[in-house]
Amino acid sequence: MQTFNFLKPNRDNIKNYSIIGSFLVLVSLIDVISNAFLKINLTSFLPGSLTTLFPLVIGLIGLNMMRIDYSGNKSLDLLNKNINTNNFNALLTLLILFSIIKALPQSLSWMIFDATISGDSKDACTGTGACWTYIKVWFRRFMYGMYPNEFHWRINTAFILVIALGFVGYFMKENLKKYLALYYVIIYPVIAYLVIYYLISGGSFGLQWVETGAWGGLSLTFIVSFFCLIFCFPLGMIFALGRRSNLPVIKYISICYIEFWRGVPLITVLFMSSVMFPMFLPEDFFMDKLVRVIIAITLFEAAYCAEVIRGGLQSLPRGQYDAAKSLGMGYWKMHIFVILPQALKLVIPGIANTFLALVKDTPLIFVVGLAELAGMLALAKTNPKWLGFAMEGYIFASIVFWIICYAMSKYSYNLEAKYKTER
Amino acid sequence: MSDPIIKIQNMNKWFGDFQVLKNINLEVEANKKIVVCGPSGSGKSTLIRCINRLEEHQEGDIIVDGNELSEKTKDIEKIRAEVGMVFQQFNLFPHLSILDNCTLAPIWVKKMPKKEAQELALDQLKKVQIDDQANKFPGQLSGGQQQRCAIARALCMQPKIMLFDEPTSALDPEMIKEVLDAMVSLAKGGMTMIVVTHEMGFAKEVADEVIFMDEGMIIEKADTKEFFANPKSDRTKLFLSQIL
Repeated sequence: MQTFNFLKPNRDNIKNYSIIGSFLVLVSLIDVISNAFLKINLTSFLPGSLTTLFPLVIGLIGLNMMRIDYSGNKSLDLLNKNINTNNFNALLTLLILFSIIKALPQSLSWMIFDATISGDSKDACTGTGACWTYIKVWFRRFMYGMYPNEFHWRINTAFILVIALGFVGYFMKENLKKYLALYYVIIYPVIAYLVIYYLISGGSFGLQWVETGAWGGLSLTFIVSFFCLIFCFPLGMIFALGRRSNLPVIKYISICYIEFWRGVPLITVLFMSSVMFPMFLPEDFFMDKLVRVIIAITLFEAAYCAEVIRGGLQSLPRGQYDAAKSLGMGYWKMHIFVILPQALKLVIPGIANTFLALVKDTPLIFVVGLAELAGMLALAKTNPKWLGFAMEGYIFASIVFWIICYAMSKYSYNLEAKYKTER
Repeated sequence: MSDPIIKIQNMNKWFGDFQVLKNINLEVEANKKIVVCGPSGSGKSTLIRCINRLEEHQEGDIIVDGNELSEKTKDIEKIRAEVGMVFQQFNLFPHLSILDNCTLAPIWVKKMPKKEAQELALDQLKKVQIDDQANKFPGQLSGGQQQRCAIARALCMQPKIMLFDEPTSALDPEMIKEVLDAMVSLAKGGMTMIVVTHEMGFAKEVADEVIFMDEGMIIEKADTKEFFANPKSDRTKLFLSQIL
């Protein structure tokens, strides 16, 4: 039998090593947890800095003893392969674990145990924790902005209608499938625009007119993102194709367009659209601020989409073009049936990236006086009755944005999986 | 003697400063089978890519089926639809099933009704013996099957001329035979074919004429028997001694 070396585990003594190792790791974890949650220092008998280092050292020795290759134990192998490959990784694992444990008690008590949600004024928030009352009271403002309370059903109905229309593609009959692209690129946006115009804006059918300045909150985030996403993609596609065109005029127009919009910051574009642009218009011509903003963001993001799509076009082998041409297909047939279906599939991750950035850029419309979710927060936190709750507001906004963006990225993964074909 | 279906006169082509094709003269009559051979880089592929204008030539004339190919040619698509091409790398469309690969062009270029196109495609796939794979995707097929599908796809356009650009060079030795068999039966059906290949067995079996190219020039052009029995130029002799 081999001698039992503490720092050189081997497979012969696998049982002893893994038991002692996991015991040591457990001790280190118990030490940190009791320290963080119960405020009891189990190792107070040790001098000074050793107390803080103790769990780290013990944990490291424990992980070292558990590091046995091909142990035959599934969970042990999994652990070793993923977080315990060498001493450095073990150290990082322990450090991250310990910092999470140390940070948990404070954040949990702030967010949940000491937090207030009852009441409907600032006075209810007397505890040391977060004041969710603030979110509760302002919730409608965060969702609908300054839109009159009694008309919120109009926004809800409009959104439900638009979403329902978006699903039409799934239920379309087989022989109508060829019009799908036409539907989503032209018909759907027009219908959505009409729905939003007549329901949310009102002014006819006995609905009271609500000017776009009063729109706001999350619903405005959705409206702006929706129209920008749906328009910037086809526009980007056109400029991507244009930049690869053999016709010099089209090619250089596309290059100029793309380089111009990629070169200016979005915030200046928004500013221009609301301040400068109206000066160039004839006096009797009126275009709503929201429409101008949507057009500005669309043009801006289309340039990014164009470059992403161009990347996809370039990654296709030349043989695909040759084959399509040799079958007698012209430029449009070749692109519609052969090139774009393959290229767009390749750029799903890049497009998702651009779209996520777009959604997270919408708060910038605050600079032209439109207050979507983050803008409403900025307004609410300066309300004299509710000073000092910025933190709660921003946490709320990050959670909402995170949910939206995570849903979008999940959807893009699904699309990728759906259209995956072997090459 | 009938009028040639392909006529190339004094054709020159450059890639930048480099002249790939030098003073090419070639006439191909309908129903003839021509094999083009030569070392790599000799311009064989470029020559046949010029015939359906996947490459543009700078000087000389190329006349295919009575239409001259030049910048002025308006409906180059129409001429290409008459000239089928098979590539070294198959170039099937990976996002479409085998059947859709074959029906895409007939439906959208020739405006054939979908049903008719599918029948035609299944018929062509049957001739190359992969009709049982019709609903699979290219990525699920072996190289030989993919190349046979590529042949069927080109034939679905019912072309007058078929061009083959090293159709067997990217294949395993075992699969070369199945592709060559398909080509041989096509040749026996009376198709006009220009084949760039190193398969001398195939050349001996079906070719009417063999062309030997080197450094962008046609070195030798002769009847198949004559070409293999008494090659005239020394360069041809050297090539044949290495390849046979």
